[in-house]
Amino acid sequence: MQQVINGLFLGSIYALFALGYTLVFGVLDILNLAHQAVFMLCAFTALVLVGNLHVHMLLAFPLAVLAGGLLGMVVDRVAFRPLRGRSDSNISGLISSIALATILEAIGLQVFGPDVERFPFGTVPDRYLKLGDAVISELQLVIIAIALAMMAALTFLLKRTRLGRRIRAVAENPLAARILGVNVDGVIAASFFLSSALGGAAGLLFGLAFNNVSTDMGRAVELKGLAVIVLGGMGSMPGAALAGFALGLLEVFTVAKLGSSYRDAVAFGVLFLVLVLRPRGLLGPAALREA
Amino acid sequence: MSLEALNDLWLTYQSTVAFIGLNGLLALSVYTTLSCGQLSLAQAAFMALGGYTSAILTFHTGLPFAVVLAVATLVPSLVAVPLGLPVLRLKGVFLAIATIGFGEVVRIFFVNWDFTNGALGLTAVPQRTTIWMIYLALAASLFVLWRIRGSRTGYALEAIREDEAAARTMGIHAAAYKLSMLVLGAAFAGLAGALEVHYTFMVAPSTYSFSRVVDMLVYAVVGGSFLFYGPLVGAGFLTLLPEVLRELGPRIGLAPGPLRLFVNGAVLLVVILFLPRGLVSLPDRIRAWRGERRPPRAP
Amino acid sequence: MLLELDDVRRSFGGLRAVDGVRFQVGAGEVHGLIGPNGAGKTTLLNLVSGLLRPTGGAIAMDGRRIDRLPTHRIAALGVTRTYQNIRLFPALSASDNVLIGAHLRRSDPLWRRMLFLPGVAREEADARAGALALLARVGMEARAGERASNLSYGEQRRVEIARALASGPRVLLLDEPTAGMNPAEVASIAALIRDVARSGQSVLLVEHNVKLVMDVCDRITVLNFGRVIADGAPSAVAADPAVIAAYLGGEA
Repeated sequence: MQQVINGLFLGSIYALFALGYTLVFGVLDILNLAHQAVFMLCAFTALVLVGNLHVHMLLAFPLAVLAGGLLGMVVDRVAFRPLRGRSDSNISGLISSIALATILEAIGLQVFGPDVERFPFGTVPDRYLKLGDAVISELQLVIIAIALAMMAALTFLLKRTRLGRRIRAVAENPLAARILGVNVDGVIAASFFLSSALGGAAGLLFGLAFNNVSTDMGRAVELKGLAVIVLGGMGSMPGAALAGFALGLLEVFTVAKLGSSYRDAVAFGVLFLVLVLRPRGLLGPAALREA
Repeated sequence: MSLEALNDLWLTYQSTVAFIGLNGLLALSVYTTLSCGQLSLAQAAFMALGGYTSAILTFHTGLPFAVVLAVATLVPSLVAVPLGLPVLRLKGVFLAIATIGFGEVVRIFFVNWDFTNGALGLTAVPQRTTIWMIYLALAASLFVLWRIRGSRTGYALEAIREDEAAARTMGIHAAAYKLSMLVLGAAFAGLAGALEVHYTFMVAPSTYSFSRVVDMLVYAVVGGSFLFYGPLVGAGFLTLLPEVLRELGPRIGLAPGPLRLFVNGAVLLVVILFLPRGLVSLPDRIRAWRGERRPPRAP
Repeated sequence: MLLELDDVRRSFGGLRAVDGVRFQVGAGEVHGLIGPNGAGKTTLLNLVSGLLRPTGGAIAMDGRRIDRLPTHRIAALGVTRTYQNIRLFPALSASDNVLIGAHLRRSDPLWRRMLFLPGVAREEADARAGALALLARVGMEARAGERASNLSYGEQRRVEIARALASGPRVLLLDEPTAGMNPAEVASIAALIRDVARSGQSVLLVEHNVKLVMDVCDRITVLNFGRVIADGAPSAVAADPAVIAAYLGGEA
């Protein structure tokens, strides 16, 4: 039972991160590998806000997430927009996002240094609850709650608002959307904002959860995020959420049974198996292989 | 300049020269798959397989270095086959992800393998590699790629890169060609891995992380993946750059580590956005910009 | 019969693009395939050339089923094609495009290339000469070295036909080869098609230019909504009331 809680907790962060990936993939058909840099920088932003500027976490959280969203729009403008219309934009988009991720990481490394940083004592509540013979910390509960709330908000936004409709239109058929008068570039920028806000929030929550913020935290999660979206089905939001929780649970149980050195292997093993056996993942569209 | 001074100069820059050669070989291994339109990011894994195989052979057998190198080249090539068969059927992005995943699996395998000291790796590997060997390997690889270009195979690869489905309707067995290129790239990477291990005295999983792959990608993209010697230019340029920066960095108050990373990323970004065919296309671009007309060479 | 289509079906989701198509093409025959937009003509070509698999029925060449074969094997059996929206390799020159079309005819002694053995240069020279000759056949030899993306529409179509002919196919599938061409160009394509058929090769011609089809074809199959509504000699098809009805309000 304890493991289930830990798994759900870890999974909620993975799910949040993966949703960001999926949102952009659904709209642009491109994988944004700079997502993990936003993940990392957002965590640091919050750290600076709370640690150096003594802003309360309640305020720091939305500020950091906002910063993440804005950074995401920068990523779009710099790395993806100039490539629109190019025939090989999938691969070159991938490469340019890798490039931008490297740049952002370098900036992070220069400004914050390579060491692991921690949130100042007292940032997060320290209380525990008992559920049967399992223990769940207040922090874990809050994080799960926030993650679920953000997912719900995203779903609402996509299904019920005008922006959401426009995003879905562009995701379905950008040319038709443009003909119908939708400001495609603007919608894409908005998608990046949302996606990076989610990714940034995930980073912030991750940093809080493990009280561990460092410039290479993005790398580790990036690859797991890929495993999650592949498992869930590229472009499927419910798939990403489901797979996020699934991976969290899988990882926690693997560590419990086999030891922590195999923690990361789980993600890649899953990734591989899915790509080879069922590339569309759990909830993805059917045609993914070539004719 | 006195002979002594020249010798000193050589000793100082010897390792840079060696690494330009090694990185060039790695860049060529990325190029082989890019040449038929596939983005494979598993090269670090193939390099790791070559590096570890060679270290194990050196420590546990008395085989001559040439044989060690041959086996170290063969092992990743063989592994590439069962990897490629399912994975090469995947479209662009999915192939990249699958190969990234494979790379991580291999790295984690070595981190957990006690026979090779897990994360610490093996040290005190005797230095059996010389600069001549590196450049010989590089020259041989360049030769192979040069001869493939312009042949029926070379044209088939280009066709696959431009439009795979159309290529197949002309009788080109795309799957076989893509697999061959993956295997060839694995061979190059394995050879480079073995040579590197016997130059740097050690082999450890940390050498083969995803950042290594990004480096290789940068060489190939920056140099240009449309001409076979492009990646070599990229490797040379990007291996020399940190040396230059190492002198420059402290003078402008920036730490060398992040600076190198930044420049890597910045160069890659600028190239992919403005010079997508790489540095080697610069002369053509300048000519076009100046308005001169010249019949285009088929790349 | 060289090429036989037997009750071929292909659906996309709920849409039946090709719904039980049946016809045959003999050796040296020019067979037209016409019908209103969306009738399933291009889908049919995709099925024959192997880019799509039928969801039902069979396609056979010389009595052997080819519909389950991989695309490159179907090409090796002598089926080549051009595309409605032109799929030349844009970064390559016209002659390189045709050279790649000759892939099946060329030999590939890579180890000989490594050793610089003499036969290799000769083989390459022959292949290039062959490509140039084909380009001359379609009137494009002057533009042989030009990048494909720099060619005009009509020029690209001609190069594509040359590329499709390069492997010496037994069945040539042409998908709207004269779209965007002026009457003089259309006439030269018609002459080319007749020439190809004379040498024993078959042509399956998808076209909207009904006059061309009437002039050049030995038999015509008319499709509408994925089904065959007429099949026979041009004069018979032209007089068929079902065909006239299908085209009424359509194109000429």
